[in-house]
Amino acid sequence: MLSQLGSEAKLLAGGQSLVPLMKLRFANPEHLVDLNFVPAGSYVREQGESLRFGALTCHADIEHSEIAAKIPILHDCAAGIADVQIRNRGTIGGSVAEADPSGDWGAVLLTLPGQVHCLGPGGERSVPIAEFMLDAYTTALQPSELISEISVQPPPPASGGCYLAFKRTAPVYASASAAVQLTMEGDIVRDAAIVLGAVGLLPIKATEAEAALKGKGISPQTMEAAAEAARAAADPQPDMRGSADYKRALVAALTKQAIEIAARRAGGEHVEVSHLYA
Amino acid sequence: MPENFERVPIRLTVNGKVHSLTIEPRTLLVELLRENLDLTGTHVGCDTSYCGACTVLLNGRSVKSCTVLAVQADGGEVLTVEGLEKDGQLHPIQRAFGDAYGLQCGYCTPGLLISAYQLLSKNSNPDDKAIRKAIAGNTCRCTGYQNIFKAIKAAAASGGTQVHGD
Repeated sequence: MLSQLGSEAKLLAGGQSLVPLMKLRFANPEHLVDLNFVPAGSYVREQGESLRFGALTCHADIEHSEIAAKIPILHDCAAGIADVQIRNRGTIGGSVAEADPSGDWGAVLLTLPGQVHCLGPGGERSVPIAEFMLDAYTTALQPSELISEISVQPPPPASGGCYLAFKRTAPVYASASAAVQLTMEGDIVRDAAIVLGAVGLLPIKATEAEAALKGKGISPQTMEAAAEAARAAADPQPDMRGSADYKRALVAALTKQAIEIAARRAGGEHVEVSHLYA
Repeated sequence: MPENFERVPIRLTVNGKVHSLTIEPRTLLVELLRENLDLTGTHVGCDTSYCGACTVLLNGRSVKSCTVLAVQADGGEVLTVEGLEKDGQLHPIQRAFGDAYGLQCGYCTPGLLISAYQLLSKNSNPDDKAIRKAIAGNTCRCTGYQNIFKAIKAAAASGGTQVHGD
């Protein structure tokens, strides 16, 4: 069907971005294909080592999933996106396919990392999330393809993650966010993934910030060094959410706080966090 | 873009009543409720899926009906604010909003009532944080939220959270 309709067709998942964009006439698709009548597109399940989400799984179902809660960074993200009503409709597949620079899932999935399963007339292919997101609102998805599933590998033992996003009010996109995933070996950080959201056209993997932690302990000094590296890695645009300097300061603070929580979780502590807003 | 869309048939249940009608595919759920079914209790506030005045339950889940196409509700079940009262009696949550002065101009109230109903039908004893989180998608520009918060607490405390017909 998509091959016939060509690139003028848009796929409708939860519609929480596409419908508002159409109302503003920013999107004006010739054809709208509603995926919600495709059966069995919504699920969270463990399969072998991996955790799999049907593309049509709404954020609320991930928020309330006991399986997803085993990877706290997924719960942090799902439970804080927009508000109850939007989490009830908006889907993980739709969010990843839209690739909004301020979207939440991209940054989180990059830390694990996730795989995006794309289904087309030629069959299924699996694309690492880092290769899937090409630019703002631009992905590796072909016009005749749709996302069938998102999968992640659970992090190794002694790991902890945290996603912290700051937004001005509940329903809006984040002003800045930080996704941190740590694996500890005793008191030493064996592996670190730090990704910054909403401060660039794509989520930014802050490799210098990761390097500031790897092989070291979690201390005020190393956290500060990582936060400073995150500030330097951010490439924010000034807009109604704040100036570029404000967003850099924000992302540094979020990174520091997320590292601290990720480290506590890696040590087995239960910490409940979600998006921060007034 | 074609000027005249081919109309499509749709069948849905609203407040327990089945409706079959033909609509333009571009019709939003809130437009169907207000214009086709004359259920004007559901309000359009911002029309950008921010304010939550248009909140209804679709298949048991709260949604912003200005951001759902009516055809997406085909075969579904909708509860609007009109469906809360029964036999001319206000729902306990509605009474609590009145008693606690949880409204001033009333524009946001239909959406807040549905969000409160959604919360209390899933969690009869919510803590403060759960209440705040449940109404985070509903904007009120009059009350400062304190009385709305009190109303929901009072509704929960009075045990008046039973869904009609339960």
